[in-house]
Amino acid sequence: MTAYPQIVLNNRKHGETISMADYGRSGGYEALAKTLQDYSPKEVIKIVLDSGLRGQGGAGFPTGRKWSFLAEDAPFPRYLVSNTDEMEPGTFKDRTLVSINPHAVIEGMVIASYAVSAEKGFFFIRPSYDEVERSFQNALDEARRAGFLGRNILGSRHSFQIVPHRSAGRYICGEAKGLVHALEGERPHPNIEGHLTSEGLWGKPTIINNAETLAYVPAILRNGATWFKSLGKHEGAPGNKIYSVSGRVKRPGVFELPSGTSLREILEEHAGGMQPGFEYKTCLPGGASTRFVPKGLHDVGMDFESLKKIGPGHRFGTGAIMVFDRNTCLVGAALNLIKFFSRESCGYCTPCREGLPYIEDLLQRIEEGEGKEDFIPLLKSMSQWMDKAYCAFAPGAVTPVLGLIEDFAEEVHEHISQKKCPFKKSKCSKP
Amino acid sequence: MIPEHLSRELQKKISASDHPKEFAVEVMYALQSHYGYLSDEALSEGAALLGLEPLELEELATFYDFIYRDPVGKYVIHVCDSVICWMHGHQTLVDYLCEKLGVSLGGTTEDGLFTLLPVCCIGYCDEAPVVLINGKPYGRLTPEKIDAILEQLKEKQPPLVEDR
Repeated sequence: MTAYPQIVLNNRKHGETISMADYGRSGGYEALAKTLQDYSPKEVIKIVLDSGLRGQGGAGFPTGRKWSFLAEDAPFPRYLVSNTDEMEPGTFKDRTLVSINPHAVIEGMVIASYAVSAEKGFFFIRPSYDEVERSFQNALDEARRAGFLGRNILGSRHSFQIVPHRSAGRYICGEAKGLVHALEGERPHPNIEGHLTSEGLWGKPTIINNAETLAYVPAILRNGATWFKSLGKHEGAPGNKIYSVSGRVKRPGVFELPSGTSLREILEEHAGGMQPGFEYKTCLPGGASTRFVPKGLHDVGMDFESLKKIGPGHRFGTGAIMVFDRNTCLVGAALNLIKFFSRESCGYCTPCREGLPYIEDLLQRIEEGEGKEDFIPLLKSMSQWMDKAYCAFAPGAVTPVLGLIEDFAEEVHEHISQKKCPFKKSKCSKP
Repeated sequence: MIPEHLSRELQKKISASDHPKEFAVEVMYALQSHYGYLSDEALSEGAALLGLEPLELEELATFYDFIYRDPVGKYVIHVCDSVICWMHGHQTLVDYLCEKLGVSLGGTTEDGLFTLLPVCCIGYCDEAPVVLINGKPYGRLTPEKIDAILEQLKEKQPPLVEDR
């Protein structure tokens, strides 16, 4: 297996959290000391911008640019949030990251808070990650005692505190604007106009970054932008990436690899190849709101730019690679995914609230052998209406449906012509 | 009524904040853990603590998956039904649990011990199929493993050590 330098999952011991002492021994919190001593907030933003670091929560927005949107004369208090909601199906990288290396996230948050002059931070975590939250809480206590958090951090003029927030569980809370309302104790509809960098939490400037994104920040400050950039497989894919692989592979799990590592290498080398008796059909590259990778594309780089190049609608997402084998029905899979989205829709706007159950019903009927050929254009036109929704949830929700009817149309036709699911011997059970 | 000390503790946090409502979820969790679920009484008490109308708290309570507005058993079994667990036989798992416990999804066993609820992806796809029981994940489930888990919970033994 090809071995690569790791940034955040190095020192990984089976099932153990890296203590502050161990984190410190491998250079932990050096970046924070150096940052507070040597750099102005502006310089920190410049370094992160130059490193090419992008948001790892799915959108891939350049982190340095996001930070730079916060105007120098923006009002106070300013807030910084680590988004550890991670509710995208198939995604469990942040769970592993925080339970193994909580200090990388904490140090990243403190450096980020310095860059944008935030004095209060929130660590927003989903309720199924109770064990992870405990690791984080312990690490937070260690960091506080060591003076890496609190007033006048390491003797500087910068003060910052982190408050963990345990969500009560809804997918939409991971959407930045939904998350703001969730933290405020409002119903988490993502219905905020304008930019969070000027009007976020309680109307004040707010930066929300994914936990993995923040975890790379200390290493970037310690080793430089050029170093980070060079870790990736190609120019358009800077740094490392934590991939979470699940489905019909021998070794499902989490792998920190150079960004842009090929799908083939991830699946065959790192995830151990397919389980015996299973043959690869396709995968979703980055969670439930990405598009099935078309047949034959095994050497595609797993990064934002390479996926975009496959064609319209293709996105990298969270790097949660979900592998489907030849005998798994993709109509059934798409139906399961759309059920997830119609249930998780927050209900705020009509296209999403009404459109997703409609699409679910069409897919359900196709799966149960009651579909008609004219359902296919209907699925397509309904899916296209999702662009009219208020946030990115609904367009994301229909992405696998569009992939199914465009790249795996033969499976849909077979369901319709055979009047049953061809993957099941008898009429199928509920997907 | 919630005990005086819990009420005081929550009140202290709330009054120290510029934005009392930010504690809404925390308050609901605390009351739920006291009553076993977020009863109507709990909802009113929570709303009063936060300076809200009960309806304002209700619109939050009903939004979230892990706030229970109906009575639940001592152990709440959330069965993941998202795509990876689906691929790994989630339906068989649900059928087995329903039969074993004698309830359908959403139901609570007669002895008040177990409630079975569906949940969307809980982020343990590498361990599919999975359930979450009172916050603890149990993965790579088989009928034998489920039997063992339920037995241990019934006997109030320490939780199973997972072979991960």
